[in-house]
Amino acid sequence: MNKKNFSLNMFILTLIFLYLPLVVLIVQSFNSGKGVAWDGFSLKWYDELFNHSARLWKSFRYSILIALTSSVISTAIGTLGAISLQWYSFKHKKYLRVISYLPLVLPDIIMGVSLLILFTSIKFKLGLMTIFLAHTTFNIPFVLFIVLSRLHDFDYSIVEAAYDLGATEKQALTKVILPNLMPGIISGLLMSITLSLDDFVITFFVAGPGSSTLPLHIYSMIKFGVSPIINALSVILIAGTIALAMSTKKIQKYMVS
Amino acid sequence: MKNQRSGLVYSTPITLWLTLLFVAPTLIVVIYSFLKKGIYGGVEWIFSVDGYNFFSSSYFLKVVWNTVEISVIATVITVLIAIPTALYIATSKYKNFLLFLIIIPFWTNFLIRIYSWIALLGNNGLLNNLLIKLGFEPHQFIYNKFAVILVSVYAYLPYAILPLYSAIEKFDFAIIDAARDLGASKMKAYIKTFLPNIKPGVITATLFTFIPALGSYAIPKLVGGNDSQMLGNIIARELTITRNWPKAAAISTILTIITVVFIVILSKYDKDHKGGKV
Repeated sequence: MNKKNFSLNMFILTLIFLYLPLVVLIVQSFNSGKGVAWDGFSLKWYDELFNHSARLWKSFRYSILIALTSSVISTAIGTLGAISLQWYSFKHKKYLRVISYLPLVLPDIIMGVSLLILFTSIKFKLGLMTIFLAHTTFNIPFVLFIVLSRLHDFDYSIVEAAYDLGATEKQALTKVILPNLMPGIISGLLMSITLSLDDFVITFFVAGPGSSTLPLHIYSMIKFGVSPIINALSVILIAGTIALAMSTKKIQKYMVS
Repeated sequence: MKNQRSGLVYSTPITLWLTLLFVAPTLIVVIYSFLKKGIYGGVEWIFSVDGYNFFSSSYFLKVVWNTVEISVIATVITVLIAIPTALYIATSKYKNFLLFLIIIPFWTNFLIRIYSWIALLGNNGLLNNLLIKLGFEPHQFIYNKFAVILVSVYAYLPYAILPLYSAIEKFDFAIIDAARDLGASKMKAYIKTFLPNIKPGVITATLFTFIPALGSYAIPKLVGGNDSQMLGNIIARELTITRNWPKAAAISTILTIITVVFIVILSKYDKDHKGGKV
């Protein structure tokens, strides 16, 4: 009983630790004053956020654009890669295993620095394109591992059955493998969207002047004086996260059944 | 196993992409680290080991020490909090819901999570306001090592809880009862049966906390002070302000090597002990 109580207490403390700062942000977002002292309830920071923060929304649109494009490309490339690692043999299989595992474990900053140096050394202009390339690169390994873990439970005999019934390679892929892998592919896609929307460090290095994503914009807001608009933005983002998490659970259930 | 040609069709896009945008840039960094610094940033194509001469700088050694110290302390605290938390979740009836509660803050934007601590502990933050109201002197809670460690624990805790949770979920708690029946004390039963069995989870949790901590950039930049700058901050400074690219490349190379060595040691340790389980 004692052990159970200890772990329960630790769990409660952890929850408080995780949520307290977020609750503070939520409460502060409704504070009409600029400081932390409570000046009364107000929605003025939401008004500022929605009606007077054009640059923020521009960076938000860039973030969405990059998250969608890079996640689709990385999901396609990562899924094919997972299929190749699971079922096929080819010469550079060992090399592929190593290079698809390493980016997952190296610190972000290494990828940021090396991509910056690469792009600069080949005189590739920094901007949205380099952000897209970087995001696709760090998303591919995540998709690969999510899809690969799905493939471990995949019953290959249904693919063989399809071949026996005369399916071509392409038909087997599009009519049998991909539909059956859909839950894994969707998890991979959602994971890449989330990672892309959240990435700060790698984007910071490869963005160059002029193109800013939402995390870069938030960073500059924090760095150049704390603005209560961030509180309002945080609340919107937290609410969006929870809504997305809930709906994807529903979507996933729907896709599986 | 299918034929080699189709294998190439499936594996070529990923191999090409990662070779061009992961392997090649990493190699370029290593090459740059052995070149001469250009006058206006960039490099000159002349061999030089100047990039690596930072070991004589006491400031650099201090930053290395900060990085190791902060990462180790943050990792130990994170894992110590994560084990009982994961244990509670894994043995609860409401596993999925509790996991969901842990994951939500983790899905909240990384910078917002850092910012939330500035709002709480900053010089004009909530806590200081409270102190002043209660008649105490305000205190500087952030821009020091303590803040960097605290926020790191906050940022990486979910990464540690998840692998520990999946390791604990597989653990058969009847083993604890068996050990108790055979006369082990509660403490001993946990140390001798529970910990060895969740070791893979502990190792993954350690990796998932320690590696991002080693490469931290945003946390020490936003809540650290001069005494708590980490390697990531030096790399960024050499790259963007001082514009000594060989040096930035050399430090990145060393950070990469440290990380790889660390992973190899830990995963070997993990394998060695898997076989020895009774």
